[in-house]
Amino acid sequence: MAQHMNLTLKVWRQKNDKTKGKFVTIQAKDIADDMSFLEMLDVVNEDLTRKGEDPIYFDHDCREGICGMCSLVINGRPHGPKYGITTCQLHMRSFHDGQTIVIEPWRAAAFPVLKDLAVDRTSFDRIQQAGGYVNVNTGGVPDANTIPIPKRIADEAFESATCIGCGACVAACKNASAMLFVSAKISQFALLPQGQTERYERAQAMIDQMDAEGFGSCTNTGACEAECPKGIKLSNIARMNREYFGAKFFREEDVHTHS
Amino acid sequence: MLDSKVPAGPLAEKWSKHKFNMKLVNPANKRKFTIIVVGTGLAGASAAASLAELGYNVKTFCYQDSPRRAHSIAAQGGINAAKNYQNDGDSVYRLFYDTIKGGDYRAREANVYRLAEVSVNIIDQCVAQGVPFAREYGGLLDNRSFGGAQVSRTFYARGQTGQQLLLGAYSALNRQIRKGKVTSYTRHEMLDLVKIDGHARGIITRDMVTGKIEAHEGHAVLLCTGGYGNVFFLSTNAMGCNVTAAWRAHKRGAFFANPCYTQIHPTCIPVTGDHQSKLTLMSESLRNDGRVWVPKTQEVAEKLRQGQLKPADIKDEDRDYFLERKYPSFGNLVPRDVASRNAKEMVDDGRGVGKSGVAVFLDFADAIKRLGKDTVEAKYGNLFDMYYQITDENPYEQPMRIYPAVHYTMGGVWVDYNLMTTVPGLYALGECNFSDHGANRLGASALMQGLSDGYFVIPYTVGDYLANLGSFAPVDKNNPAFEQTRKDVEEKINTLLSLKGSKTVDDIHKKLGNIMWEYCGMARTAEGLTKAKGLIQELKKEFWSDVKVLGENEELNMSLEKAGRVADFLELGELMVDDALNRAESCGGHFRLESQTEEGEAKRDDENFTFVSAWEFQGENQAEVLHKEELVFENVKLTQRSYK
Amino acid sequence: MSNSKPVLTSSLGRKLIMSLTGIFLCMFLIVHLIGNLQLFSNDDGYAFNKYAYFMTHFTPIKIVSYLLYASIILHAIYALILTRKNKAARPIGYAQFNGAANSKWNSRNMGILGTIILVFLATHLQNFWWKYHNDQVPYVEYRTDLATGETTPRELQASEFHDYQVTVENNVEIVKARDLYKQVDFAFQNIGLVILYIIAMVALSFHLIHGFKSAFQTLGVSHKKYVPIIEFLGVWVFGIIIPIAFAMMPLYFYFVK
Repeated sequence: MAQHMNLTLKVWRQKNDKTKGKFVTIQAKDIADDMSFLEMLDVVNEDLTRKGEDPIYFDHDCREGICGMCSLVINGRPHGPKYGITTCQLHMRSFHDGQTIVIEPWRAAAFPVLKDLAVDRTSFDRIQQAGGYVNVNTGGVPDANTIPIPKRIADEAFESATCIGCGACVAACKNASAMLFVSAKISQFALLPQGQTERYERAQAMIDQMDAEGFGSCTNTGACEAECPKGIKLSNIARMNREYFGAKFFREEDVHTHS
Repeated sequence: MLDSKVPAGPLAEKWSKHKFNMKLVNPANKRKFTIIVVGTGLAGASAAASLAELGYNVKTFCYQDSPRRAHSIAAQGGINAAKNYQNDGDSVYRLFYDTIKGGDYRAREANVYRLAEVSVNIIDQCVAQGVPFAREYGGLLDNRSFGGAQVSRTFYARGQTGQQLLLGAYSALNRQIRKGKVTSYTRHEMLDLVKIDGHARGIITRDMVTGKIEAHEGHAVLLCTGGYGNVFFLSTNAMGCNVTAAWRAHKRGAFFANPCYTQIHPTCIPVTGDHQSKLTLMSESLRNDGRVWVPKTQEVAEKLRQGQLKPADIKDEDRDYFLERKYPSFGNLVPRDVASRNAKEMVDDGRGVGKSGVAVFLDFADAIKRLGKDTVEAKYGNLFDMYYQITDENPYEQPMRIYPAVHYTMGGVWVDYNLMTTVPGLYALGECNFSDHGANRLGASALMQGLSDGYFVIPYTVGDYLANLGSFAPVDKNNPAFEQTRKDVEEKINTLLSLKGSKTVDDIHKKLGNIMWEYCGMARTAEGLTKAKGLIQELKKEFWSDVKVLGENEELNMSLEKAGRVADFLELGELMVDDALNRAESCGGHFRLESQTEEGEAKRDDENFTFVSAWEFQGENQAEVLHKEELVFENVKLTQRSYK
Repeated sequence: MSNSKPVLTSSLGRKLIMSLTGIFLCMFLIVHLIGNLQLFSNDDGYAFNKYAYFMTHFTPIKIVSYLLYASIILHAIYALILTRKNKAARPIGYAQFNGAANSKWNSRNMGILGTIILVFLATHLQNFWWKYHNDQVPYVEYRTDLATGETTPRELQASEFHDYQVTVENNVEIVKARDLYKQVDFAFQNIGLVILYIIAMVALSFHLIHGFKSAFQTLGVSHKKYVPIIEFLGVWVFGIIIPIAFAMMPLYFYFVK
């Protein structure tokens, strides 16, 4: 049978981005170990609601580790104590009876807190809008098989493309750097033939936007890679750097003649 | 009788002819029109991007924090296209035929043919965007056979096809946002439709962060809001998936078609307890090698449930591989609805496994023996990991427990061939509409439909509507309809916020889910459905008298968000039951116990039910009126499906 | 997608400066170590002092040394700029942060390690570079009998020393030089300084174990064949051999001499 446990939660509560927040201690009683972490919070929220208290706001949606909406720094780790999963895939069997769990939002200037544990990650969208695409319109494209792509390249591009945009890389990085996220997108297109025509403009535009959003710089600690629920590799950042420096030092004239 | 506006002429020429016959909007005039797109999944993002590329001004809305999070992202298996790259006999006609047959002859021929026709363009488009589909060593695209199809026409990106396709559409959308042609509103929820002179001319939204109720005007409104599976509380849908936008549009005059058609997917991880918030699907590719079984006797099953026996202790002769026994030719690969129903039968017979007894085994022991653990791991490793993560059981050592779960809704807002609803100027795309899957959807067809509607159908049909308006004038923001509709929305919110009862919104939602699952799930009877209707009506009363909604409007308020959605689910649930009751035949995902063959298989009643049920809202708490769209089959012969 | 910012004010540009100056400083360490190994030769500083003169007076090396000073300053200043920017990127920190679960301690504390190294550098330069350049070191005269090869040192008074000089008289080579060797010997009799040097070399080790490979990662090197080589060099050459060899010098003078 499922084991049950009582836990002490220290949860960050903050009404909105204009007010200051604080930690609030909440008891979570009779939690089954086969619950997911977010289901545990659901139970806590149902209790709070019954008592007429404001439930804890947290972002979540698919609850199967793919939409990238859930977040939470749990006991000092983005997406909790296990590797390679999102918070929604974390189960309570990873905790024990009587444990204290500290739950905080992603912390970054570029991710302002909206309420409690939910943050605003639209900075990620703006970075993608700056150049995370191939300039093709609907229709008028060649047959899919006219562009052969070596399997190894396609697979590598896929590995980069699996980023779910959750922001755990930023949360884990001591500098709140978004370079793993940005580099994953740049890499996908840098690897594929479809991305070649605009690869240098893309790298510059996305990195400029990343800087403008106020993310920190990478110091190659590897925390992002370790905490990424999708296993995005640091080699993406190296590739991004190559793209960027290549553009800046050898291709800049292309950029300006096209502007 | 509803007019589907299917063009005349031979099936294969309908769409080409129609494209030519539709009016065009002059390029210089396109920028005078604004189009509202609600929902940013595959259908919404692809439509918004394509329309903006043409020159229209587009506004997109989604409840998530980013368009990229829409639940299309969770689709695993793949996307069908009649490319015939494998030279195995596929064709547009075969894809059309399989889809019509798979839908148990309850879909519109012309729509399905068009879907098959444009499927090939979708793959080209996605590849051009940089979607990293799986490839063969020669560098060309790989295909697999999916969902029991006899040809390999499914394109895929490992187990994350939906994610990759959505990110492709999202990138196209981002490009237009950057160009200023699309304005994206995230964390916004559509709460009502604004009609002027009978035409859809805008929507009312709530900014979920600030609570601000806003009116947005446009010359057309596209609903791309997905399905309503969460009416069951537990489903494989994302937590936020809801019917509110579609339902509010329904209440403003858009007919709702075939609401009872829901797809229950057989290979999901079973429920573990009351705390369960959602169900996790595992790709049905598992059934290619896994064998489904339960013990032959209730006694053995009981011992298993008590933990006195382990699955491995049960000898082969004491096991019932029920799918292989009943369907020797298809075996474990029978279509989703058949596999699901049979699992339920076993559980109802007291032979279910797992602590709760509500599960059957999916066993890989033989596959591991035959192929070796490494091969099995290479094929299904990620799914096995996912299963282990959730259940803490190792599927390499003991059989998986699976049970069906609500996965997709074939029903939805009624649309004509142009994807226009019964409200002029209001369109429905993707899972939100009812049109292409009939009573049962085939695997890898949902992604195809979402993108077909968004990339290749709506850019033509919406132009025809706008060109026929005869005016390029902007929508009058000061029209009293905006203010009136906004007031209606505010009133509804205030009513919800005034509810200070004792039940939480989830309490009511869970009860609704139980009623729906019990009486309007995998097997339905007139008696049960009648009972369900009464129960839902009672529950609705309970909701409006005893639910508790906390907080205020001007904040991120999940209590309020959920309350609004569940209020709509309650109304939809009742309509689903009405629809299921009305359709006294079995077809696809809709199985009426009264209508089965002697062998216990689904029995269609083509004489009386070859039509689409489209329901018209009549007012709060009033019975909806049924309109029928006759389904005419000129190209395929209706046959009873058999998988024996 | 154009009109982008100048490279050196971008986050990547700043990282590039850290990387290039860092690699240059690493290269310097190799040269510095090889030269200073002469401290271990039992010649009363004859070779070392000649080498010290060469290093401070040969023009190409002087140019390189200015590059070196610039690198140190740039490396430190950009570290400061980046650190400030990085701190600003997270104005509110975590109440609990388990960095050990996802990264190495030294990678997260390059600033602290770098500061220790900078303090050390100041002391180091003051003790040797400054004193050497400002006539605050003793003077020495080496007389080497070219027939026997025997060298005898003699301390010179300030009044006897004018400039570095090498002359040969009667088959005896006379070298007059600033006696940096003696200064080294003198300085490392101070246990406090010896401990500072040991601490600094530990800091240098940790700094370079991360810094060396990190510099190449910033430059965009991610090659399955070459990255392991870089990582190997970073750990064994820059993280272990070089700091240990440098640390041996104060220990040698304190304990052996």
